[in-house]
Amino acid sequence: MELLLALAVGTLFAVGVYMILARSLLRVILGLSLLTHSVHLLLLTMSGLKAGAPPLLGGQAESYVDPLPQALILTSIVISFGVTSLYLVLAYKTYKKLGTDDTEQLRGEADE
Amino acid sequence: MLHAIVLLPFLLAAALPLLGKLLRGVHPGWIALAAPALMLLFFLTRLAEISDGGAITAAARWIPSLGINLELKLDGLGMLFALLIAGIGVLVVLYSIFYLDHRKEAAARFYVCLLLFMGAMLGVVLSDHLIVLYGFWELTSITSFLLIAFWHQREASLAGAMKSLLITAFGGLSMLAGFLLLGLAGGSWRISELAGSLDALKSSPLLVPAMLLIALGVFTKSAQFPFHIWLPDAMEAPTPVSAYLHSATMVKAGLYLAARLLPVFAGEAVWFVLLTVSGLATLLYGSFRAVKQTDLKSLLAYSTISQLGLVLTLLGLASAYPPGAEAKLAAYGSAAAAAALLHLANHAAFKGALFMAAGIVDHETGTRDIRHLGGLMRLMPVTFAVSLAASLSMAGVPPFGGFISKELFFGSALAAIRSGGWSAAAVLIPIVAWTASAFTFLYSAVFVWRTFGGSGSTEREKQPHEASPGLLLPPLLLAGAALLLGVMPGLITSGVLQPALAAVYPGAPESYAKVSLWHGWTPELLMTFGVFAAGALLFLAAPKLPLLHRAARTPFSWNGLYSGGLKGLDRASGKLTSLYLTGSMRHYAGYVVLFFIVALSAAVWLSGGFRISLHGMAPVTIYEGIAVGALIASALAVPFAQSRMMAILLTGTVGYLVVLFFVLFRAPDLALTQMIVETVSVALFLLCFYHLPALKKERTAVKTKVINGIIAAASGIVVTVLALGAFSGRSFPSIAEYYLKNSYELAGGKNVVNVILVDFRGFDTMLEIVVLGIASYAIYGLIRLKWPHEAAAEG
Repeated sequence: MELLLALAVGTLFAVGVYMILARSLLRVILGLSLLTHSVHLLLLTMSGLKAGAPPLLGGQAESYVDPLPQALILTSIVISFGVTSLYLVLAYKTYKKLGTDDTEQLRGEADE
Repeated sequence: MLHAIVLLPFLLAAALPLLGKLLRGVHPGWIALAAPALMLLFFLTRLAEISDGGAITAAARWIPSLGINLELKLDGLGMLFALLIAGIGVLVVLYSIFYLDHRKEAAARFYVCLLLFMGAMLGVVLSDHLIVLYGFWELTSITSFLLIAFWHQREASLAGAMKSLLITAFGGLSMLAGFLLLGLAGGSWRISELAGSLDALKSSPLLVPAMLLIALGVFTKSAQFPFHIWLPDAMEAPTPVSAYLHSATMVKAGLYLAARLLPVFAGEAVWFVLLTVSGLATLLYGSFRAVKQTDLKSLLAYSTISQLGLVLTLLGLASAYPPGAEAKLAAYGSAAAAAALLHLANHAAFKGALFMAAGIVDHETGTRDIRHLGGLMRLMPVTFAVSLAASLSMAGVPPFGGFISKELFFGSALAAIRSGGWSAAAVLIPIVAWTASAFTFLYSAVFVWRTFGGSGSTEREKQPHEASPGLLLPPLLLAGAALLLGVMPGLITSGVLQPALAAVYPGAPESYAKVSLWHGWTPELLMTFGVFAAGALLFLAAPKLPLLHRAARTPFSWNGLYSGGLKGLDRASGKLTSLYLTGSMRHYAGYVVLFFIVALSAAVWLSGGFRISLHGMAPVTIYEGIAVGALIASALAVPFAQSRMMAILLTGTVGYLVVLFFVLFRAPDLALTQMIVETVSVALFLLCFYHLPALKKERTAVKTKVINGIIAAASGIVVTVLALGAFSGRSFPSIAEYYLKNSYELAGGKNVVNVILVDFRGFDTMLEIVVLGIASYAIYGLIRLKWPHEAAAEG
């Protein structure tokens, strides 16, 4: 299973990177959220996907899955959500002010 | 006491602007004069003690933890230089009082820089600590830079100052590296201790690099070929500065260092070759170029270069024989060292006088161009007498001091052959010495004759007349010294030269510093007569010489190399920078990802500890298989989406599939959060969607797309490999057991993830709340706040 998931992580990462290298700001932001997904899955994969009960102690199970990466991912989800929404508003504002969302046209002046 | 005397010029420099304001009518030079005068007084009172072979040392704590202390030592060599600095300092300050009009020029600034330089130079010659010496050394470079650019409204002054700073600072930094190596090899920073640890030093592999680097410092500071190019350009400085810094003191700092380290490096073939070859090349080149100059100060600058080469050659010859060598060789060595020191004193006297005379001529006629000068003999008899005396000393004519030192120079050059043991190349040394001396005679004659002889031009800006006595006194004294050094060399040989020689060449017999004007019929004397004859012939043929020089002129020049190199460096670095700093975000993102790929794959490759084991993997169920397939498929579809709606929805799909994975892998809290966040994100995207432009088809060249694709694919592969590697290489169990065991007992919660978030690792959560808060404030600000001009536009 980890092999399959590792492939999925790699694919997500590759697509994310490809989108970041695009010209449109919207694509870049979408690429960033794909990268985030990839990293979250990577965290999960790295901790092992062995079967076990969810880390809720009420169930009296034999074994539980590792709760620590879940806590880390939860923190990360929230942070990346904050960052993504800021990016979106920034892209919106950039387009309003400068009239373009093409990163090539957002280049600085030649003599900067 | 030594510290006080080194500190004195610095303190006076600090106080000078204030004192100058208090005593408004007084020329600040009179105040500044106190420093060199007190210095001279101090050194003269200590002369007897040093002459008896004593030395005065003083140490003050500076950075004891690094072994760096302000250790000063006044021995014979230091005394010789200190007397030069203080003595000529007095004369130069006196001269500049009459040279600079303090009502028209920023005289206070001039004296502040000059005093700082004086203190720095004194520090250089009195330091016994390599690092302290370096500190003062750089201070001389900086103050020299300030003094050359004294008339900072002139383009040429700025260019000259820049050039001298770049070259001397380059040499200074090399020298610092050399000092560090030397200190490491010798095990001490103290120069006086280095000579005592010669055995450790000579066997150290650091010795040769140290010598090469220190030699760079010597060559750049003392304007040796091909680093000489800064000195002629430094002639843009006021003439007192040229007389003081660029003839008598600063340019001799390199020679001082070579002399100071002679006991350490003597006997090292590398050091001998470096000094001698560079000295001879500079001697010949400088004397040849001096003949071509039409500007008085340029002529003197090249003459200085040449004479510095002469002294360096002598120091090189002295270093060929270590002080402990057999008597005959040690005699040659100490004779060369004595000649170097004597010529050092001679040169300071006559070159100072010549610069001051040139300054007077400039002052009185308004030009320094010898093509417009001439016939000043009767108009300015005293200046003429000074110039004549100093030039005769420079040319090596008896009874002036230059004659004696030139005789000694020829003697040492001949000794290079007599001592044997060297290759046939030693024959070149007297030949070069003789040729350069002939040129020296020639340019000395040119200097005097073209300035004062002949009829002279009639169209002059000013009607020249003799300068004021105050302006004439310092050069007169220096010219008198040049004569006295020839007639009565005993004045300085026993008192100053002998202890200096003892410091440079330990164990030198007393007699080697004893010289006199007449020492019998020797080959040296015949060589000198030959120099006079050849020089006179060349001078008579001078009208035809410019043609000869023009024919010899090549398109190549060291100045061209310097300025071309500087320009090329500028252009190349500009090109290089614009090559990668494109301003395109995509390029920068590409660099980051490429670095990521290269660094990680190299680390994986090189460490060799990478292995993938499929052991311990969870089994694949059909649902999971389908979910992974869907995830990969929807992710791959994102870049191909042609409308923004499609792209947003596909990304949303990926997000919801991730939720599914969280469900499958038993992470209910994650699934919940991801679900909400994904929904809100998609909603946000859709909100922005209305305001954002339609997703244009990427107008990117296929080539770029392919490159981006390759970069992306490579990064994906690296991440896949890393994910597998991280999973397979796990070597110790998780700390999860602790949380699972203690969640209820210690924290009273059964949802372990939540307990970790708010109890075990509550700080993470607190800061993540801060992140959200900041993000929301930033978003609010972006949307609501307006730039002042926007608000104004809206009324």
